[in-house]
Amino acid sequence: MKQIIKFIEKYRYFILFLMLEFFAFFFTIQTHSYHRSKFVNSANIITGGFYNKISEVNDFFYLKSENQRLLKENTTLKNILSLESIDIDSISKQLLDSTKQFRRYGYSSAKIISNNYTNQNNFLLINKGFKNGISAEMAVVNSKGIIGVTKSVSKYNATIISVLNGYSQINTKIKGNDHFGTLSWDGKDYRTLQLKDLPRQAHIKIGDTIITGGKSTIFPEGILVGVVKSFEISNKIFKKIDITLFNDMSSISNVNIITNLHKEDILKLETNNNE
Amino acid sequence: MSNLIQNIIWFIVLIILQVLIFNNINLFGYINPLFYIIFIFYFPLKKEKTSLLLFSFFLGLSIDFFSDTGGINAAATLFIAYFRLPILLTILGKSDFDYLLFNIRSLSFTKSFWYILSLTFIHHLIVFTLDFFSLNEFGSILMKTISTTTFSLSLIFLAIILFTKRR
Repeated sequence: MKQIIKFIEKYRYFILFLMLEFFAFFFTIQTHSYHRSKFVNSANIITGGFYNKISEVNDFFYLKSENQRLLKENTTLKNILSLESIDIDSISKQLLDSTKQFRRYGYSSAKIISNNYTNQNNFLLINKGFKNGISAEMAVVNSKGIIGVTKSVSKYNATIISVLNGYSQINTKIKGNDHFGTLSWDGKDYRTLQLKDLPRQAHIKIGDTIITGGKSTIFPEGILVGVVKSFEISNKIFKKIDITLFNDMSSISNVNIITNLHKEDILKLETNNNE
Repeated sequence: MSNLIQNIIWFIVLIILQVLIFNNINLFGYINPLFYIIFIFYFPLKKEKTSLLLFSFFLGLSIDFFSDTGGINAAATLFIAYFRLPILLTILGKSDFDYLLFNIRSLSFTKSFWYILSLTFIHHLIVFTLDFFSLNEFGSILMKTISTTTFSLSLIFLAIILFTKRR
């Protein structure tokens, strides 16, 4: 017994060091596993509140470019709205029956209050939490394209796994020919992402548009991603396909959160199938 | 007691500086200096290590909370806090010295340079190794470590020269 106490006394700093280091590594490994929720995230009341205050100031620097982007988006949407079907005349148009309409996705707005893009696994923070109906695994986009997927959600804030995250994998396809691939990031350049697992029979050329594939419950089909920047083929298999993002991830501010309103049904079906 | 309060204020100031300014520099698109480790160099040198270990762990963890990096900064900061004294003793070539009179400015320039360089390099190496989390990327890890160390080191030296009195 005496020996043990002596031992502890002699190595007490080392034991403390090891203990704390163990916690640090535990938290680190947690961030490197996609599916586990992590303890250390910025969606808590202190860091979230701090970033909220700071973003009030920072917003002024983005005002001009954000306004321009929103104006452009509004113009596009108004142009879409003003499209009229030829066979609907002015009388039948009045009889909009809401029971004949159907909504798969719900949109809500949020603002990025902390943006990271220099790490290997980048997370963003938004100013909406579960009080605003945000939950984990919702799509985050803006008018220029995809941004990420929500992860840890607190009362008033939520973290987002950015597309610039080594563990982010998003189902995408080439616009126009329905060949699917997985979008991921190699961590080198924040403007360039990689497309993987594209089948060998797919035809791509530089400048092709990549959009989301809609094969998951998170992203709707057809959200913009980017254009093909370069690709290598060896043995008729695509080795490396670089995609230039439409979004400039270094300056993003206002975003939309997309809720899949049929997610529960889909998940229920999937679990039924697995049984 | 006043020492403790001083350390707590310094702790908070460094977190705010790091989160507000140094995490947003993005030099050449990807270099952010990790300036907050200046805390380790300023912390009074004592044989009693508990407070330093706790302070450095929670400093790193707070930075991790703000930048969503898990426990990366906590692990690295704790590591250099623990090995600060052995490294300093090796550089000075002594086995023991007067802890009370120690001041970073009382060292000669080359010795303090090696002291700060080695600790900063070790810290950054741990941070980026844990960030990349794969040894296949060792080239990138080393590149990022060296570039960020250069930037952090110049900032830390600038701060020490500007804000401490020579003894």
